Amino acid sequence: MPVSRRTLVLVVGGVLLALVPPVAALTSQPFYLDLVRRMMIFAIAAVSLDLILGYGGMVSFGHAAYLGIGAYAVGIPAFHGVENGMIQWGLAIVASALVALVIGAISLRTSGVAFIMITLAFAQMLYYLGISLETYGGDNGLRLAARSRFGGPIDLRQPAVFYYLVLALLVLLLALGSRLVGSRFGMVIRAARSNEARARAIGFSPFRYKLTAFTIAGAAGGLAGALLANQTEYLTPDFMHWTRSGEIMFMVILGGMGTLFGPVIGAVALLLLEDVLSALTEHWQIILGPILILVVLFAKRGLWGLLVGPEAADG
Amino acid sequence: MAEILLAVRGLSRRFGGLLASDAIDLDVACGETHAIIGPNGAGKTTLIGQLAGDLRPDSGSIRFADQDVTRLDAPLRARRGLARSFQVTSIFRDFTALDNVALAVQAHAGRSFRFWRPARTEPTLREPARAALESVGLGARADVRAASLAHGEQRQLEIAMALATEPRLLLLDEPVAGMGPEESQRMIRFLATLKGRRTIVLVEHDMDAVFTLADRISVMVYGRIIATGAPAEIRGNEDVRRAYLGEDQA
Amino acid sequence: MSITLGLVLEQTLNGLQYGVMLFLMAAGLTLVFGIMNLVNLAHGSLYMVGAYLATALTERMGSFVLGVALALPATLLVGVVVEVVALRTLYERDHLDQVLATFGLILFFNELVAMIWGRAAIFTSVPSFLGGHFRVLPGLPYPTYRAAIIVVGLVVAALLWLLVTRTRLGMRIRAGASNRTMISALGVDIRLLYTLVFGLGAALAGLAGAMAGPVYSVQPGMGEGILIQVFVVIVIGGIGSIRGAVVGALVVGMADTLGRAFLKPVLATMISPPAADMAGPALASMSIYLLMAAVLFFRPQGLFPLRGRG
Repeated sequence: MPVSRRTLVLVVGGVLLALVPPVAALTSQPFYLDLVRRMMIFAIAAVSLDLILGYGGMVSFGHAAYLGIGAYAVGIPAFHGVENGMIQWGLAIVASALVALVIGAISLRTSGVAFIMITLAFAQMLYYLGISLETYGGDNGLRLAARSRFGGPIDLRQPAVFYYLVLALLVLLLALGSRLVGSRFGMVIRAARSNEARARAIGFSPFRYKLTAFTIAGAAGGLAGALLANQTEYLTPDFMHWTRSGEIMFMVILGGMGTLFGPVIGAVALLLLEDVLSALTEHWQIILGPILILVVLFAKRGLWGLLVGPEAADG
Repeated sequence: MAEILLAVRGLSRRFGGLLASDAIDLDVACGETHAIIGPNGAGKTTLIGQLAGDLRPDSGSIRFADQDVTRLDAPLRARRGLARSFQVTSIFRDFTALDNVALAVQAHAGRSFRFWRPARTEPTLREPARAALESVGLGARADVRAASLAHGEQRQLEIAMALATEPRLLLLDEPVAGMGPEESQRMIRFLATLKGRRTIVLVEHDMDAVFTLADRISVMVYGRIIATGAPAEIRGNEDVRRAYLGEDQA
Repeated sequence: MSITLGLVLEQTLNGLQYGVMLFLMAAGLTLVFGIMNLVNLAHGSLYMVGAYLATALTERMGSFVLGVALALPATLLVGVVVEVVALRTLYERDHLDQVLATFGLILFFNELVAMIWGRAAIFTSVPSFLGGHFRVLPGLPYPTYRAAIIVVGLVVAALLWLLVTRTRLGMRIRAGASNRTMISALGVDIRLLYTLVFGLGAALAGLAGAMAGPVYSVQPGMGEGILIQVFVVIVIGGIGSIRGAVVGALVVGMADTLGRAFLKPVLATMISPPAADMAGPALASMSIYLLMAAVLFFRPQGLFPLRGRG
């Protein structure tokens, strides 16, 4: 049975990711494990955004807010001595989902530019809220005394264990996401993006579906935030800054909007680019800025499209 | 059955200084094919918009299947059995023809909060969709991307989507618009097969279609219905002649 | 802190002053959005460029007035260059592309400015001829400089009103805002019009930035903070509408300033002081976003929508 290019890319990608910890150990370069793990965490954030941006056409410019909520959902309990991972991460997901539900319920009443602005504004609101939380560090942020504790073999203090947990969660998200976008629910979301008037004319009320998708994406973003807090062992309101939202959006576009797997590549590529550029010069953003502009103007199909060719389109 | 499926009373809608709909009264009986004709700017599009639920009337009422739907939006009306096709083709361009119709089937079937099973493998969605495509003559083109279909095929697709929701009333906005003579004939012949079995409200410019299909015709001029009646009556009506048919129409 | 009438009046004037700055930014942004359908996130960067140029030129020329006066055309030039080089291709693109591309511009400008002037905040002093206070009312001294900002802002608003309502260019701008395809059909050189409008917006933003120097700190990234508030202004006021920009700017300026000043003490009378201590500043910074959310909820098209868009 001939293997499609897409399957090949996915399998190879998965294998490569799985091999990073042993390779890093063999070459005594723990830095790479740390770097790729960070990439995967942002990949989770980017994939969650792709659900609503790529498939739903909802240009949410405030997605970083959920990473912040997830991070604080780990940090605040830890500050008060609650280090249980199940509680922290559970809180991260639930809190993000609830906030997404509220923000979505208001924002989805608008569309187009107003939607972009209102999601941006809500994220800023949360950012300022974070800064005003003096007890939890205000704009200096909060140091995590210890990573989230789980029972048994899952000890996040072991870099490789944490790495494989993140990888597992990424794979899980991609698997669930794939089912989601192909399901009845996913079809409604995609139809509403393709032609909202048509979707309404056949009897779909898009709002409830969009809100659901928005909430799911927020929850996944919250999980990414919890992971990020563990990764950096430090969290600040900056996690929620709107420029972070822009970065995540770029990962989605760079990788390929509406492809689910593309954003993974986008996250890897963008973080790699930032890493390489910042080694070159302190003022790397002056190069990154124009690169981003060029990507938007000329390479919108995204890297996934380049890798996988015609199979990229899900249509 | 002579029961009235759609009853419109005193429907009015203003756009700034323009009275697009002027106290429109209209009755459509079950199983009837009712055509609405009129010169450009007569307000037909506005009327369709209000019937479909895209536009809120300023005053008046619309009763569908004996229920007041005036305040209901388009999706709600669609779920109650009011299907429509658009004047300017409006389909899901990135999806295949089969996907398009399957979505219509899904909308009618409800239960769209399913997150796991791939919709494309569900026979309860695919079978009726295929059947609807076959019935309009697009069976062979089921797996073609909608954007790649010919203009006439896309209009057929719109009809298939409307039919797939098993509607009680079909609201067709210029179904043969932009079609060549052969395609138009095919479409008219197909729509003729629906006569009696479905209730149809049809807005058209193509007089061939109108006089072949319509049981009754309403003529709109400047937002008002100036005459309603059987085709022969309308053809003979002096006011209508002057306002509309009097020009070089057949 | 006791709330005196004097304090309320002072903060009201501050709110007016901030509102004026917001208006200068909002006017340009709403015109660009209304006419060219362009979401320009880099508008804040033009504000920043105006601030830096004014500061640098003032030092060079030794005169504040000269510095500001030169910064205006300089910012306009920067704006025109950006429009011609980077933004022209974006007019046809969807909003997402515009948002992302102008986001790239923000990164570029922030870093450019940091490269030339460093990352630390630069403080410019109020020019001596505008220094000190003057008596608005007996017993109410108000900083002369801030009053000057208000005056300049009102004058510019009046000039803008004259431009839009009394000149041919203004007529084209108004026509363009309500019907883009129509004016190109009428033979107006669209590209030139677009560049002019963008340049106008850049100059206004530059003016706001130039005047901002002595009052707010000048540093990389200063544009973004005010930019988001400017977007709130045009969403509240109605996209494309100058009248909406005026009202929106006043509302947001007042709400933000008065909220920051009085929310905490007012809350302290209702709930415990420590709780007010925490809730006050948080609510104050959130207040205008709550306001925007409310407007979008009840009247999504804004308070003064252009007729064609209602």
